[in-house]
Amino acid sequence: MVQARPTLINRLAQRELFWAAVFIAPLICGLFIFTYIPVVCSLALSFSSWNLLGDPQWVGLENYTHLLGDPLFFKTMAVTTVFVVVGVTLEIVLALAVALLLNRAVQGIAVFRSVFFLPVVSPMVSVALVWGWIFDPQFGWLNALLQLIPFAHLPRIAWLYDEQWALWALIMIRIWKDLGYTMLILLAGLQGIPSHLYESARIDGAGWWRQLWAVTLPMLSPTLFFVITVAMIQAFQTFDVVYLLTEGGPGNSTQLLVYWLFKNAFQFYKVGPASAMAYVLFLIILSLTLVQWTLRKRWVLHE
Amino acid sequence: MGCGALATIGPFWVMVSTSLMTKAQVFQFPPALIPMPLTWHNYGQVFAQVPFLTYFLNSLLVATLTTAGQVLFCAMAAYAFSRLHFPFKNGLFFMVLITMMIPPQVNIVPLFFVMKSFGWIDTYAGLIVPGLFGAFGVFLLRQWFNGLPLELEEAARLDGCNPWQVFVTVALPLARPALAALGILAFIGSWNSFMWPLIVVQSEGLSTLPVGIAALQSSYRDVTDWGVLMAASTLSVLPVIMLFLVGQKQFVEGLLQGSVKE
Repeated sequence: MVQARPTLINRLAQRELFWAAVFIAPLICGLFIFTYIPVVCSLALSFSSWNLLGDPQWVGLENYTHLLGDPLFFKTMAVTTVFVVVGVTLEIVLALAVALLLNRAVQGIAVFRSVFFLPVVSPMVSVALVWGWIFDPQFGWLNALLQLIPFAHLPRIAWLYDEQWALWALIMIRIWKDLGYTMLILLAGLQGIPSHLYESARIDGAGWWRQLWAVTLPMLSPTLFFVITVAMIQAFQTFDVVYLLTEGGPGNSTQLLVYWLFKNAFQFYKVGPASAMAYVLFLIILSLTLVQWTLRKRWVLHE
Repeated sequence: MGCGALATIGPFWVMVSTSLMTKAQVFQFPPALIPMPLTWHNYGQVFAQVPFLTYFLNSLLVATLTTAGQVLFCAMAAYAFSRLHFPFKNGLFFMVLITMMIPPQVNIVPLFFVMKSFGWIDTYAGLIVPGLFGAFGVFLLRQWFNGLPLELEEAARLDGCNPWQVFVTVALPLARPALAALGILAFIGSWNSFMWPLIVVQSEGLSTLPVGIAALQSSYRDVTDWGVLMAASTLSVLPVIMLFLVGQKQFVEGLLQGSVKE
């Protein structure tokens, strides 16, 4: 019989396999316990009814059909959609304006970039409280500022306590907090546009506005798509400000998706509906990411 | 540009200035831009009304351990994905990357029950361990390792070092800028996180700063003591802002690496 001895190559490969296992085991185990298993359990819970006592009961699609019959679900989706779409649109326009200005500035670019970045690194809880104070109906700084406008005689607005204004107030806080990040990424994109494109545009007699539409925006479009997607995903996940400042009110006017999820899961112990809502959120974010991926690929090919 | 910068700085000004006001000054309309005279009373009150030092130390401990663990585990996995050869490497890397698409809120209910079955509700382990594994860090560091020259590592291999020794003595020191970037991102993320600590912590002694400050806010029934709240906010904002200013270069690089410079 021929003795099957492991060749040198085989032994080396085995050793490499051993070390690879050592290196990736902690991460893979961690992801299994804290991500993969929960994400599957969450899907299973979304098809069951469970009040935390006893065993979960399989109820099929009932949680989802329940959502579709719940007016508060539609209210939540409507409020969240306005919050995301309006907020992200304003944020992108503002961030682009600031990035374009900063890109032209020769001096002080680093200082301004740092200043705009301060809100990004600050804890949301502190930020929310500061804005809660600024929006205070009686003594808040924003109303004081508005009173300074001559001849307008603006009424004091109750902001977070006014159904008309509360969502706008939250949109403002989110834009203030995230603008620096969006601006930073856009600025990096702007700096990557080759300057000879602008030179030839100028030779062709294109003014600033024409250059913006013919050179800057098309060249920036992959970056723009990236920041729009990231900002939308961030906005969909908003929780802290709602929890601290409005608790979904007044009149459910700030009932954002993740706050609704949290309340159902951890205050009403309605695990099934909360999990169904979690999967609605997951699907929204998944499709946003996939849209960004495919569009981006197309863009890169055309470049 | 100046207007934008003013609007950005404004709320910080409001926060610090209000934190230095007496109650009478706070409830004066219109408010004074700079309180006269300044008072440190609110800062004393923060420590008197709640165990603020405990919150602060908890935040520091949780953020430090989360950062250290995340950087280590991400660096190890990133090194394997960059340098070692093993079956299903690409498939596994893809499995790691897709977790970035899962919003944490989707997992939060089952994660709570995982913690419960481990007996980790209301413990430091429950606060720290779920935050140790991030796909973003693996992605960021793998890029960095891919960009390092192979020669040094090969020389170390020929000297008889095993992969772990090569990783610790050669690759990690060369990756210091990327490790710093990830470290700062992880620290700030952990320091600022609110929803998970809110769910997993039940006792005051384990509260982190955001949870503690939220509790302070909800402890006011009729009249909110804005001076004290602003003092607490200032104290929780200061460490991250200082960290950001010190490590700004790495931090910005890290963010850009993860987005545009793919």
